[in-house]
Amino acid sequence: MKLHKASLFALYAVLELASDPERQLSATDIADSYGISTHHLAKVLRTLVRSGLVQAVRGAGGGYRFTGVTNRTTLLDVIELFETLDAELDAPSPKGQAGEAVIEELQSIAREIDDLTKAVLDTITLETALSSSRLRTRLAGQA
Amino acid sequence: MTTQLTIRNALPSDFDAVVALDLVGDSDDKPAYWRGIFDRYVTTDQTGGFFLVAEISGEVIGFIVGEVRAWEFGSPPCGWVFALSVAPKSREMGVGELMFKEICRYLKQAGVTTVRTMVDRKNKLTLSFFRSQGLRTGRYIELEKPIDNS
Repeated sequence: MKLHKASLFALYAVLELASDPERQLSATDIADSYGISTHHLAKVLRTLVRSGLVQAVRGAGGGYRFTGVTNRTTLLDVIELFETLDAELDAPSPKGQAGEAVIEELQSIAREIDDLTKAVLDTITLETALSSSRLRTRLAGQA
Repeated sequence: MTTQLTIRNALPSDFDAVVALDLVGDSDDKPAYWRGIFDRYVTTDQTGGFFLVAEISGEVIGFIVGEVRAWEFGSPPCGWVFALSVAPKSREMGVGELMFKEICRYLKQAGVTTVRTMVDRKNKLTLSFFRSQGLRTGRYIELEKPIDNS
């Protein structure tokens, strides 16, 4: 699975903001933390604001703040704001019945993979992802 | 709330409460199955099997069942959690987490270092719960097929 850059940047932003919903961060703050383009991230943040997951706070000291529900929002919820995770089989129209059967079989396999991918991403909430990240940080600190 | 909560071993008298809790989800009514589970894990002292209930003020509001299984499909001894339910009114209060931690403690005492479960991929609630407890996709893949027309 290869996520679009927008989906990945959105996950960075949402997880960063959701780690402390009281905190406001600018697009530059987030972009610098993850070494990504501020310009691209700003576009992503606009979509996140429209979705209601993030609020733009205007004025001096303004920025972005998480306004979603961390234990109700899954990674898939965020990703699907930017892309569908359905595999694209760029198959030409088959000429014969044998070709049709092969294409159908490949499509069926692709659907199986899609279902598994979605089942994983749709059951990891932001809260769970943040909690695992914190644990990872703690373990890295102990090593 | 959790200060009043007790996690204890299931008793034969918990049967009706467990069956009622099992029916809260989309589960089928299966009293014979539960009778067998009670016979195996409650009324007899099954080594390596654990049937716990969560109770508040004398009311059973959740249960969890697990056991140690060894060498199925070549897997070394491992803890399996194969049933879990919490009453809807008592959810999001940490009941499931406490029961899960307690059964993991028992499983660890029984000598296993891994806990495993299997959940319908459409059961987002239960999958999310186990994910929140740190479970990830394991090394075994469940495969199946209808055998009517093969």
